[in-house]
Amino acid sequence: MILNRRSLFLSALIAGSVQFGALGFAFADTTLLNVSYDPTRELYREYNAAFAAHWQKETGETVTIQTSHGGSGKQARAVIDGLDADVVTLALESDINAIVQNGGKINKDWRTKFEHNSSPYTSTIVFLVRKGNPKGIQDWGDLVKDGVEVITPNPKTSGGARWNYLAAWAWANKEYGGDEAKVKEYIGELFRHVPVLDTGARGSTTTFAQRQLGDVLLAWENEAFLVGKEFGEDQFDVVVPPQSILAEPPVAVVDANVDAKGSRKVAEAYLQYLYSEEGQQLAAKHFYRPSKPELVPAAELERFPKINLVTIDDPQFGGWAKAQPYHFGDGGVFDQIYKPASSN
Amino acid sequence: MSIAAATPARLQFRKPSVIPGFGLTLGFTVLYLTLIVLIPLAGVVWRTTELGWADFWAIATDDRTVSALKVSFGTALLAAAVNVVFGVLVAWVLVRYRFPGRRILDAAVDLPFALPTAVAGIALAAIYAPNGWVGQFLAPLGIKVAFTPLGIVVALIFIGLPFVVRTVQPVMEEIDKEVEEVAATLGANRLQTVARVILPGLAPAVLTGFALAFARAVGEYGSVIFIAGNIPYVSEIAPLLIVIRLEEFHYAGATAIAAIMLVISFAMLFVINLIQAWSRRRYGYVG
Amino acid sequence: MSVEALSRPLPDGAAAGTLAPVSKAAFKRATTETTATKAVLIGIALLFLALVLVLPLVAVFVEAFRKGAGEFLFALNEPDTLAAIRLTLLVAAIAVPCNLIFGVAAAWAIAKFEFKGKAFLTTLIDLPFSVSPVISGLVYVLLFGAGIVLGPWLKSHGIEILFAVPGIVLATIFVTFPFVARELIPLMQDQGTGDEEAAISLGASGWQAFWYVTLPNIKWGLLYGVLLCNARAMGEFGAVSVVSGHIRGLTNTMPLHVEILYNEYNFVAAFAVSTLLAALALVTLVLKSVLEFRYGDEIAATAKH
Repeated sequence: MILNRRSLFLSALIAGSVQFGALGFAFADTTLLNVSYDPTRELYREYNAAFAAHWQKETGETVTIQTSHGGSGKQARAVIDGLDADVVTLALESDINAIVQNGGKINKDWRTKFEHNSSPYTSTIVFLVRKGNPKGIQDWGDLVKDGVEVITPNPKTSGGARWNYLAAWAWANKEYGGDEAKVKEYIGELFRHVPVLDTGARGSTTTFAQRQLGDVLLAWENEAFLVGKEFGEDQFDVVVPPQSILAEPPVAVVDANVDAKGSRKVAEAYLQYLYSEEGQQLAAKHFYRPSKPELVPAAELERFPKINLVTIDDPQFGGWAKAQPYHFGDGGVFDQIYKPASSN
Repeated sequence: MSIAAATPARLQFRKPSVIPGFGLTLGFTVLYLTLIVLIPLAGVVWRTTELGWADFWAIATDDRTVSALKVSFGTALLAAAVNVVFGVLVAWVLVRYRFPGRRILDAAVDLPFALPTAVAGIALAAIYAPNGWVGQFLAPLGIKVAFTPLGIVVALIFIGLPFVVRTVQPVMEEIDKEVEEVAATLGANRLQTVARVILPGLAPAVLTGFALAFARAVGEYGSVIFIAGNIPYVSEIAPLLIVIRLEEFHYAGATAIAAIMLVISFAMLFVINLIQAWSRRRYGYVG
Repeated sequence: MSVEALSRPLPDGAAAGTLAPVSKAAFKRATTETTATKAVLIGIALLFLALVLVLPLVAVFVEAFRKGAGEFLFALNEPDTLAAIRLTLLVAAIAVPCNLIFGVAAAWAIAKFEFKGKAFLTTLIDLPFSVSPVISGLVYVLLFGAGIVLGPWLKSHGIEILFAVPGIVLATIFVTFPFVARELIPLMQDQGTGDEEAAISLGASGWQAFWYVTLPNIKWGLLYGVLLCNARAMGEFGAVSVVSGHIRGLTNTMPLHVEILYNEYNFVAAFAVSTLLAALALVTLVLKSVLEFRYGDEIAATAKH
């Protein structure tokens, strides 16, 4: 009898906790959830405070912004599976497209909703090397020299790593005059120089900086500068290759979620404010290249070296819709790299 | 509440007993088990059947899947084997010898049960990385532990050790000293006594411990990803491949690998229970 | 036992089965090891345990205090860390009692009765033990995720499971499911049914028999099962990682928070939170040792899993 009563009590407890979860979101009209990727933590911590102050001044309402960080693909999957994000700020267009295609929580025309293809800031891929650059790494060709160990995360699980891969591809494509067999050979060689494939950009940085593994880290430009700040400027040098890729981390409002919660207005304002003077300056401060450099004092832009940047829409890639399945899909070019030669 | 009323119908199903509560407890057990374990696991099987046999087979025999399973099972096997040797030794030392700090040591064996796997992974990486506490001494010798399959084995030894020690220890405690004395009286030396009298009696317990450590190690994720290199075909474990497939939005691939691992773990457990049933009949104890 | 060992010719040439006189020293040699052997064996065991078990634990504490106690306390006093601690406590407070009730019920049914399919049921109870934590999380994603009707239906009725507290609780219950049951089943099997049968024939109700006869016999095993279950519930990473949305201050448990801090290069804070979890592990072990020390014989049989 008492046992029974106890299990009743327990089911009440469980039911209560279910309610608790539900209530958490019932009051959510002034709470925004920004689901983002790994290296944006520092940027959004500061930006969230800035936006909350701005919104308070503008409308008198208080808004609390929560953030969730992780590998870009993992974060997209969480949103698809029901994570109640109001906005997503991910590393790749294709991750947002995945949300569009799987369940349609984001409308198809999301890229047109904000300026610059919904990319308020851009970045690129650079090299981080040990102080004094002992292996003399200057360009992409140097990465496959004998005895050079390259650290990059897994392109399958990390958005940043896909940019790494594509930047390397773009260099090889130019170097070998578009001979795809040679380009693939270079890419394969490059990944044979990788001793550890972490699942995210942050894992790779830790492997390189904390565990002292490898000679060069392929990193987001902002991440490379941040490492200097976090681990000491005297340990590393940033090497900017003559050519790299223009990485455009996009942002989008998750239409289905904001409509259900009634938070569209503040969600759109949150992303729009990224394009404001304050938003752009914060982006620059955290080593993201502002999409509207005219809003940022020239002195702040000096830290971004001039590089020849190839875009994803270049004919060799043909945009994300084509590049994603070709390079990173199941059985795509990247999967071929690690196939043992015997099984081919 | 009339529990007794429920029993007559089950007379053929179970042996009669005067103790009440069978219907209630078994009912609750089965209900809870169904809700928490069986229905969710059935979801995996159901998702897998959506695939169709040909697709499932293609994923199951894919080189990447096969090599991830090989890494998982190979490292788990190696770690369980190491744990059998050292686990039996540790159990022996704890049971037979009295020395200062024995109790602390005995308690420490359970540490991997209680220490969160992620914490263990980070700590192990800090120790065995080339610039780590132990790693810096191994690196000049050309021994790489962290970020190689060897690192996975180290992590799996850590999480598997208590399974062997804790299954062998109680059985060892109950070994009758007299049996050894008889062997000695008959002129057997110590090595013979240990090898021919004591160890055979421990076999079922050792086997159970091995199987438990192995089963746990195969599925381990938290501690391994921090210390494995995660290189496909080399140090990529099956649970990581599941996570990778999920992040590619490739649910079918993830569930197929999950289903394979589920079947294997279930088979493993069944074998353990068979060993236990057998040892109960033969040795009168449960290993 | 080895009949062959006894039937083969013995070293001193005596025929098998004949009780040849064995010197006292030889007898002692054959029933115990020499001091040197003992020392070597103890040494190996100590070295192995130090390398495998103690070193990681020490590493956690050393890294946490690398920048001094002030930094350590500062790291722990951060609001998101406190929220993670609260959530972890909440999850354990729900998951552990659930599995406690289940464990007792399952052990009663399995240990006190003989019925068909018992071995199969026992195997099923062990199942979560050997299922990869990643799969444990995955099953709930499959069940409540977007691809199946259940998730969206619950959501439209205002019930959040995935990426909210209930999902984390469910995954935790799944992972810690067998701990109490596994601890109790062998213990109650060893104790047989005689005591309860006697109590009932003397007129006790089933509940009284459990409360006054069974419970005192199993309380230490039960307590230890709960301690382990609790430690595992608070420390689970893989499964919870899959079902949590990783929202700071909301769905981050302590182990997930460790990962986040680690990924922010905040190693001191990461190891500081780890020390709390490690301390929990230590407290569990100390409590267990105290129990064993005081009630040694009563719970000796429960020390296996």
